[in-house]
Amino acid sequence: MNAHAVDAHDDHDHHGPDKGLMRWVRTTNHKDIGTLYLLFSLLMFFVGGAMALVIRAELFQPGLQFVDPNFFNQMTTMHALIMIFGVVMPAFVGLANWMLPIMVGAPDMALPRMNNFSFWILPFAATMLIGTLFVEGGGPAAGWTMYPPLVLQGGKSFPMLIFSVHLLGISSIMGAINIVATIMNLRAPGMTYMKMPLFVWTWFITAYLLIATMPVLAGAVTMLLTDKYFATSFFSAAGGGDPVMFQHIFWFFGHPEVYILILPAFGIVSQIIPTFARKPLFGYASMVYATASIAFLSFIVWAHHMFTVGMPVVGELFFMMATMLIAVPTGVKVFNWVSTMWRGSMTFETPMLFAIGFVIMFTIGGLSGLMLAMTPIDFQYHDTYFVVAHFHYVLVPGAVFSIVAAVYYWLPKWTGHMYDEKLGRLHFWLSTIFVNVLFWPQHYLGLAGMPRRIPDYAVQFADFNMISSIGAFGFGLSQLLFVVVVFKAIRGGQQATDQVWEGAEGLEWTLSSPPPYHSFSVQPEIK
Amino acid sequence: MTKFTKVVAVIFGLITAATAQADWTMNMRKGATDISHDIFDLHMIVLWVCVAIGVLVFGVMIWSMIYHRKSRGYEASDFHESTLVEIVWTVIPAVILILLAIPAGKMLIDIEDSSNSDMTVKVTGYQWKWEYEYPEEGISFFSNLAASSREAAGLKAGVNPATVDHYLLEVDNPLVLPVGKKVRFLLTSNDVNHAWWTPDLAIKKDAIPGFINDMWATINEPGIYRGQCAELCGRDHGFMPVVVVAKTQEDYDAWVAEQKGAAAAKAEEADKEWSKEELMTKGEEVYNTSCASCHLQTGEGIPGVFPSLIGSPLTIGDSIDEHIDVVLNGKSGTAMQAFGNQLDDAELAAVITYERNAWGNNADGDDKQIVQPSMIKAKR
Ligand code: HEC
Ligand SMILES: [Cu+2]
Repeated sequence: MNAHAVDAHDDHDHHGPDKGLMRWVRTTNHKDIGTLYLLFSLLMFFVGGAMALVIRAELFQPGLQFVDPNFFNQMTTMHALIMIFGVVMPAFVGLANWMLPIMVGAPDMALPRMNNFSFWILPFAATMLIGTLFVEGGGPAAGWTMYPPLVLQGGKSFPMLIFSVHLLGISSIMGAINIVATIMNLRAPGMTYMKMPLFVWTWFITAYLLIATMPVLAGAVTMLLTDKYFATSFFSAAGGGDPVMFQHIFWFFGHPEVYILILPAFGIVSQIIPTFARKPLFGYASMVYATASIAFLSFIVWAHHMFTVGMPVVGELFFMMATMLIAVPTGVKVFNWVSTMWRGSMTFETPMLFAIGFVIMFTIGGLSGLMLAMTPIDFQYHDTYFVVAHFHYVLVPGAVFSIVAAVYYWLPKWTGHMYDEKLGRLHFWLSTIFVNVLFWPQHYLGLAGMPRRIPDYAVQFADFNMISSIGAFGFGLSQLLFVVVVFKAIRGGQQATDQVWEGAEGLEWTLSSPPPYHSFSVQPEIK
Repeated sequence: MTKFTKVVAVIFGLITAATAQADWTMNMRKGATDISHDIFDLHMIVLWVCVAIGVLVFGVMIWSMIYHRKSRGYEASDFHESTLVEIVWTVIPAVILILLAIPAGKMLIDIEDSSNSDMTVKVTGYQWKWEYEYPEEGISFFSNLAASSREAAGLKAGVNPATVDHYLLEVDNPLVLPVGKKVRFLLTSNDVNHAWWTPDLAIKKDAIPGFINDMWATINEPGIYRGQCAELCGRDHGFMPVVVVAKTQEDYDAWVAEQKGAAAAKAEEADKEWSKEELMTKGEEVYNTSCASCHLQTGEGIPGVFPSLIGSPLTIGDSIDEHIDVVLNGKSGTAMQAFGNQLDDAELAAVITYERNAWGNNADGDDKQIVQPSMIKAKR
């Protein structure tokens, strides 16, 4: 079957891509689609970032200076939805598209036409979501968690929100199915599961999480829709329903979703650190098992997001202990990365800097996560800025840094040009400094008692909010440098070798830089 | 690495320099109950455990980054597997976690045991205020954001929040409790989810419509304890503070007696005939506390979300009955609540009169646009 596939490709290889715009609309090529995903994600990063800056501008000082509280709530809601569904998830899928076929030695993804579909749904879904801001009453304002009854008070934006979540979910499920199919069917001869690169492994597991949880989210938001328009009462006590049930269903999706946003990051960092430490990854097998355990545990800890809803004490004890347990496999991963660096021969090019930044700052987020897991003290932390600091540490210097690291790492391979190393390092240092100025003080704000999702605050919170806002603007502006570096490398620059990085290992480095339009027309043999 | 250490030093320098000159805190408050002290202690223990783990892990990393670098000519070794090491760093963290989980579990069981309480208070969340009921005393009242904060919190209000007493953390009617009594709180909501939180009492729980949650606190020291709604509940989520005044038993008893007297006086007021001026003055006050968060102080509302009351068919002409009806009974399925059980007859009459005469709604000065408390009574 494999030989057959190779023949079929040879037939039309000489066509190459279509010319002009239609190349991008009709493409079924994994690299083109990967590029589309990544560029879409970059664009959305600035849209979602602009919303974050509206939030931080309003919070710069106590008092309301710029926006009405209702609009403020729309900004917090949209910022989260866009960053999660429009930035981090598409970026990881884009990286998967570009790299998975190459890393397993395949010519393309297993289901190329569906691949085209799953990308092209995204711009429509995002347009509908952002379009809510322009309808009467403005965008959704009940938080990205969409808790009823509040979300049911939404106006014209409400059905648009639900349908865009449906579309985003369909896109993710299709992407995930494609990834599973590719990994299971198109690996080169000799590449057993336990020889797959870790980025492939983590995405393999992530894809299962997506397939398992996205339909749950779709179900939950559909129930909201029928509650509002078809007089059902799933979530209304007056009709025999239960508003808390929504939270259970939502977080049954939502907690695995958290790991969907971080497992591929683990994979990326596990590719980068060995390269620049010039030393194989420490504990490959334990990395795989740890990823799988985290994925499993992620299904039985959802209620730690809702310790204050009033659960039976036995339930609280169970969810506390299950949550604390996640620290064990996560710890194993961090220890393995540190051991990989230990007695290596390290250099600190930009991808390595971002990867190290990831390990340190993700660990900080993980430690505050351990604090949040302890139910009695979570009663004090819950819904404060301490939580905001926690999840931004794991998502910004966590997930986002890993994506940026991956782009720097593979950009020379993709474009055939080395990026500007000086600018890259500057980007790293500015990002790292400002991200900490931005989020570190939020720990103090939360401990001192500032609730999240408020547009205005008591004056004792003023100073840290001001520092945080300065960090936000610094961080946002620093990201423009990233755009400069990326587009400079696309347009030209020093020719990259095939190997690119001295210590790099894996199939992607056996291809030319940039690789041919169809990756492996002849399957490589893995010993 | 000198670059790195320099950067860290600068950041910490900035943060600590700022710390020196302000009156806020960086850590959790110890609070005013035994439970809040326990929670604080556990928080500090876990915090130090996390700091220790961080120092260890980052210490090794930084050491490695300084010494194991190519530019120093360090040769990479090749070790990449050790089952023993993997087992060790699986088991040790697991043991630490169990040691942390034991006291946490005990504390949790204690926190959730609200039996044998000395008194009960029912707390109901509304968009955007709290209602407090003392079933044993027959007292109940609403607790709104204080007028001083409300006036300073408007968009571009031009009032410096620093000049307002306890900006956003002050209410018109605080919850008053005796010290040394185990108080059981019953929590529910009238509309959307809220969460009642007072950091010093270390209690936070969601107020959910159609369900009743409970929690408890025994306050040790008289004092004023401030908190906020902690669950996003719509536009004015940030403007529904919680203020608890803890009094000694004698002071508390005196307060209870005073409340009962005030309720009787209020009932008398409702029966008299009011002048238009009296109604308008009281109406404006009620409107600004209870209605302006949605319909805005100017009556304009927010298009598509909260209707404008200016020239609306319900606020002009012969629509008095419908107007009273919507305010008394609300509009189910929307944010417009039934104010019949929140405001008394005089307050309702005043606010409806105000809406019918303010903002040019009654430019002709028509005398029939006045609503008396007796008209409300008849409609109940
Ligand atoms: C939590 C937000 C909120 C608050 C507080 C609120 N309202 Fe409303 N009000 C609404 C909404 C939403 C509607 C529209 C209901 C509908 O869809 O018919 C409304 C409708 C009305 C209407 C009918 C307007 C029309 O033209 O149909 C009147 C009159 C009114 N409110 C008076 C009041 C008064 C008086 C108060 C204070 C005692 C008040 N409202 C407080 C949200 C609010
Ligand atoms: Cu609230």
